[in-house]
Amino acid sequence: MLCDICAKNPATVHLTEIIDDQMNELHLCEECAHQKSAQMEQQFGLSDLLAGLTEFEKPNAKKEVAVSLKCPNCGLGYTDFKKIGRLGCSECYTTFKRYLAPLLKKIHGSNLHVGKSPFKVAVSTDKKMDLESLRSELQRAVEMEEFEEAARIRDQIRRLEKKE
Amino acid sequence: MQLADLVNRTSEWLKSTGPNSDIVISSRIRLARNLDKVPFPHWANKKQSENVLLSVEEAVAKTAELKNTTTFRLMDLDSIDKQFLIERHMMSLELAQKSDHKAVVIDEEETIAIMINEEDHIRMQVMQSGLNLFEAWNIINKIDSALSKELSFAFLADLGYLTACPTNAGTGMRGSVMLHLPALVMTNQINRVLAAIAKLSFNTRGLYGEGTQAHGNFFQVSNQVSLGHSEEEIIENINGLIRQIVEQENQARQALLSENRLLLEDRVNRSFALLKSAHIISSQETIDLLSMVRLGCDLEMIKNIGRKTLNELFILIQPAHLQKIENKKLSSNERDFKRAELIRKKLAI
Repeated sequence: MLCDICAKNPATVHLTEIIDDQMNELHLCEECAHQKSAQMEQQFGLSDLLAGLTEFEKPNAKKEVAVSLKCPNCGLGYTDFKKIGRLGCSECYTTFKRYLAPLLKKIHGSNLHVGKSPFKVAVSTDKKMDLESLRSELQRAVEMEEFEEAARIRDQIRRLEKKE
Repeated sequence: MQLADLVNRTSEWLKSTGPNSDIVISSRIRLARNLDKVPFPHWANKKQSENVLLSVEEAVAKTAELKNTTTFRLMDLDSIDKQFLIERHMMSLELAQKSDHKAVVIDEEETIAIMINEEDHIRMQVMQSGLNLFEAWNIINKIDSALSKELSFAFLADLGYLTACPTNAGTGMRGSVMLHLPALVMTNQINRVLAAIAKLSFNTRGLYGEGTQAHGNFFQVSNQVSLGHSEEEIIENINGLIRQIVEQENQARQALLSENRLLLEDRVNRSFALLKSAHIISSQETIDLLSMVRLGCDLEMIKNIGRKTLNELFILIQPAHLQKIENKKLSSNERDFKRAELIRKKLAI
């Protein structure tokens, strides 16, 4: 059997594409298969999917804040995350928390971990960072009229400020 | 341990010794872990990646649970070696793509594999034969706890383990089970089953992991959600789903036996005969025929070949394995010839 694309080399890779319930079989030589797979990755990557998820119903004002947000630890910007679908380091989770929390909820149906913890939990990050992210979290909670959550965050901020 | 030693060895998880190992080939638990504050592999510079590699290697060396392991740096492996490890399910295609500062740690039984600097700093897996996710979890849980004494893992109390991709955050755990479902495919029920699995937020993939299609009636089922449930809950959910799929496959097998026994016997025995007599055979044809023979073996239509031999063949007939056995590069045509020779040898009674 010859390759369906170049019709020169023997087909050694057999691909089944399913588009809208239509099954399509392709028989390709190694070279054309390689090109085809690169093409498919371009068409639909995980990052597109994630980027799509983050676009959901977000008021414009918030979007602009997000655009300029950058992780102080690794330098990854929120726009980078939306482009590549990957975060830059563990600190990004704290920096982008107010945007990530709803995203995580969409992906997992929850944004609260229940499960194992490591033996050694790293000492809390820079206290200033914590306060900043808590304040933005508080603002979000107030905007969303989640007052119980807002009160909890307010108390947490007070506790942290006292320690300072 | 040398890589070449593995060629003549059967991975523990392939030996068909676990629960339900007629329908369930293997169970796997994977954990994603990262070092606190260190940029994730895709965002790290060379120096940072090198440091991750060195500190994880050091931690592995100090961990008693990992004393029978060997570390292979990707830089030291040629393309056939890399493909060989992928074919044995010991590492991913993603790890093989760029070699810098990457490594895989494997134990002699091939139960444990730890990838360093893949999508996350650490991706560890434990494989078991049959439906045995809890045993895999017990083993990997100990390794993970031991490693967390040596390394500072990225973790937040509310979001759990932090991963490069938010789809893995929380437990960082993926449990997956490889199933052989020929009767559900033959009775045209498989799409209904796959649709139900997707509705329950589980993923299905082909035999060789992410992005591969289902060949030879093999399907891999895994959890999509990693945050908001404990590891045990996630495993219990997968187990519940798998038990139902196994039940459905068994019912489909019984239906085939009572309604189409002759036809089934014909297909099984033709497949067996073809494998025993072919002189040139592609991997796709082999996998499809082996799937029928495996079903015949489960239903005692074929008695003198064990499931272990058949499981082994699924791995051995792949391109890098054939080249590793012959110890030289083979073209696609040469492989089809060598593959047929190997199958005839393994199935000779």
